[in-house]
Amino acid sequence: MVERKIGWEPQGSHTLVGGEIQRVDGKVKASGQAKYTNDINTPGTLFAKLLTSPHAHAKLVLLNIEKAKGVKGVKSVLAIAKVGDEIQYEGWPIVAIAAERPEFAEDGLRAVEFKFEPLPHFVDGSDFKGAVEADVTVGGKPLKLTKSVGKSGQGDVEVALKEAKHVHRGTYGIHMITHMSMEPHGSHAAWDGENLNVALSTENVSGTSGQYVQPVGVDAMNVNIRCDFLGSGFGSKSTVDEWDVACAKLAKATGKPVRLMLSRTTEMQIGGNRPSAFAEVTVACDAEGNVTAWDSRHWGSNGLQGSIVDHDVTPYVFLPKTRQSVSTGIATNCSPERPWRAPHHPQACAYTQTALDDLAAKAGIDSLQFFQKNLNLTSLPHIYGPELEIAAKLIDWKGKWHPRGKGSGNGPVKRGVGVALHTWDGAANQSNVTLKVHSDGSVEVVTGSQDVGTGTRTCIAQVAADTFGVSMSTIKVSLGSNQFPKAGPSEGSSTIGGVTGPVRRTAQQALWKILDLVAAKYTVERTTLTARDGKVWLGEKEVCTWKQAATLVGPMGLELYGGPVTEDEGLTNHQVGGVQMAEVAVDTETGVIRIVKMVAVQDAGMIVNRLLARSQVYSGLIMGIAYSLSEERIMDNKTGRFINANLNDYKLPRIGDIGDLVVEFYEPESEYKRGVIGLSEPPVISTGAAISNAVANAVGVRVPVLPLTPKRVLDALKGAKG
Amino acid sequence: MERDEVNRVGAGFSRREFLKGSGAAVVAGAAATSAVEGPLEAQQPATKIISAEPHTIKLNVNGKDQNLTVEPRVLLIDALRNDLNLTGCKDVCDRSTCGACTVLIDGKPVYACTRFAIEVVGQKVVTAESLHSLEKTDDVVTAFCKYDAIQCGFCTPGFVMAVRGFCNQNPGATEDACRRALGGNICRCGIYDGVLKAAYDTAQIAQ
Repeated sequence: MVERKIGWEPQGSHTLVGGEIQRVDGKVKASGQAKYTNDINTPGTLFAKLLTSPHAHAKLVLLNIEKAKGVKGVKSVLAIAKVGDEIQYEGWPIVAIAAERPEFAEDGLRAVEFKFEPLPHFVDGSDFKGAVEADVTVGGKPLKLTKSVGKSGQGDVEVALKEAKHVHRGTYGIHMITHMSMEPHGSHAAWDGENLNVALSTENVSGTSGQYVQPVGVDAMNVNIRCDFLGSGFGSKSTVDEWDVACAKLAKATGKPVRLMLSRTTEMQIGGNRPSAFAEVTVACDAEGNVTAWDSRHWGSNGLQGSIVDHDVTPYVFLPKTRQSVSTGIATNCSPERPWRAPHHPQACAYTQTALDDLAAKAGIDSLQFFQKNLNLTSLPHIYGPELEIAAKLIDWKGKWHPRGKGSGNGPVKRGVGVALHTWDGAANQSNVTLKVHSDGSVEVVTGSQDVGTGTRTCIAQVAADTFGVSMSTIKVSLGSNQFPKAGPSEGSSTIGGVTGPVRRTAQQALWKILDLVAAKYTVERTTLTARDGKVWLGEKEVCTWKQAATLVGPMGLELYGGPVTEDEGLTNHQVGGVQMAEVAVDTETGVIRIVKMVAVQDAGMIVNRLLARSQVYSGLIMGIAYSLSEERIMDNKTGRFINANLNDYKLPRIGDIGDLVVEFYEPESEYKRGVIGLSEPPVISTGAAISNAVANAVGVRVPVLPLTPKRVLDALKGAKG
Repeated sequence: MERDEVNRVGAGFSRREFLKGSGAAVVAGAAATSAVEGPLEAQQPATKIISAEPHTIKLNVNGKDQNLTVEPRVLLIDALRNDLNLTGCKDVCDRSTCGACTVLIDGKPVYACTRFAIEVVGQKVVTAESLHSLEKTDDVVTAFCKYDAIQCGFCTPGFVMAVRGFCNQNPGATEDACRRALGGNICRCGIYDGVLKAAYDTAQIAQ
């Protein structure tokens, strides 16, 4: 008898789930045939462009769009801002113009007459003292830029510091970065009577239609949202933004489809950013290296709101019994924060685990041993322990670690290794699916979810095909429409668990119904039947083919609806742990850091697709290398401008900058049994701390602020020499 | 050195040939050619100044001649995307930095945003779309799928064309040569590891 229980097969028993399955949409993506929002060119489409504020804080005192209306090819001009408005950051949208060609829209923008009266601004979230002293107003009233956003503590830190054997004090930081999605934010809007049809570059297909109602004046039931392919978002694309509203209004005014995508510079200025974080840390341990106390004061900015990294993640992962921290947010004239891959964790990890590594050095203990010794202060020692051992072997920690700055070789290039670890929740989102088995045996799965690059279509097809014992080509997956069953936004690594859970459950239920029909027709015991290799089996005996079995559902097919997963079903779970180690080579004469090797060992519960899962970890490592070494939103406090808001000067790593990347999944049966847990966020978290620790190991001093640019490396070396 | 070896950017093909040889009424002004090296006679000021009005030109794209009417200022990337609906070449950086719009022009990888549409009259333009159909899939596309050198997929066609062009010119290239050659493209998701493996594979097949 085959037990009928919702859940995954025992480890090693699935045919497709867990395997290295190529993307079902790989060829259309690689050959440029996949149509993203940015590529929608329905007949008559107009191209819209934005005029934005060059000032961080200013009053708009003149705006005349009349001349622009007369420019050749311009079809509609929309003033988004009005005279008298107080502009509060650079990139603030002022005017949108739709024209027959993008060149004409640009001609139109040049014909807009405008004048700003600049007001005092403050844009440097790293400058605490400057923020306290800044003279900035809002609506003519003085604005206090700093505000307390969190305070917590337990135990007597003063006593613990006094009793400690080693005490380390340091200041650390990590600058603001932007999302820099390859496809900018934007939409293509077309009206059809009362219906507003929108191709939206969004990570939230099911949750965006309502956001058009008030600003555009449309009923939610008449808003159709589509997103077949998304050129990434990393957390920044969950809303309908003012430029999307402008696009819909321009479409209405012209009676034509309009596409409005942000320019690269505007995208970087206002398309989302990750808050900066700076911290003064005091941390202490006993003679054996057990961490006994943590004390920190941190500040930073997420733009206008004046908040900072979530207080709850400080200190990060390691929680000494005695600890206290205070957070101060700084309001800046910068566009607001949007969730960036593993919101707030990379920053908290960076200032916590670099400080711990400095304490280890002060205590004269090998960093790895120090981290291992203190795993009792974490919530996942049973995960981190084995992961650290695996990572140490893969990077040859024993062979490569040396006391700080004491590596072999007399040349200017110094090598070092570093370690850090992280955690992430990764619980499944709330997604619904419909699953239809047609009488020819083909299967359709439909959900209002989206593929942000993780491979949603592929994972869904894999789970359905595996459950029915059929080939991948038997399954058709449709997603990316708000007309499909509601699915949660792709935030916080919640999608793969969110969709594969209901697909597995619903496919199992459908299969059992079909097997019941087979049992009745062929008069065999229903609970002894299984489906695999395109056939239905009674033990090792073939009963019928899948196609024959499917005919039994009749011409209307079998259609089931699957609601969101709950963790008690055993299909999904939350909370994972991962560790990373870095080996770097630092040129002490030029300050240039080269990544030699990165090792990531990651737990993600049950892996659905090993090929795509590995890609997610590579992705985390590479984005981590970016914010560790070169990527920084540089705000110039004099002009109030984001001075490197372009891809020449906003430095991202290229193919030659990433070193040797090694990815290993930690998937013992105990973790496999927990089911699917989100994987995309965790591997981007501890890369910064691991690289910074490796650099400190190499050169003997801490370069305290990320990204570790050549100048910061040289400054740190100079500072150490006195 | 990298540039020589890779031949990614530069006057490998000649806009001068277009100006001299094309029978079209379109002749670009001296200003448009002054920065380009070439034979002395070709550097003589052009006799006709091109008008800013739209011109009808014939482009050879993916083996097919296509007529389109564009102003001389229209970039090849915009002509491909907006006039021919070949949106595989992506507009990402607005400043010839990221390689997402890479196409082949007479076999060589070129950023489509660095050429005016009128400049490539008489040349053969190949875009990513031509590398996959129901009948045939190019080795590069197959290799990108095999190594999952794809995430969101937005930069991928540009990378695919860069790899195709490089492997055409450098069959049997080493992994190191691939790494140096593909520095002209940016990915944000992080597909570099897969791209490198795919490029190496393709280079060996191209041998």
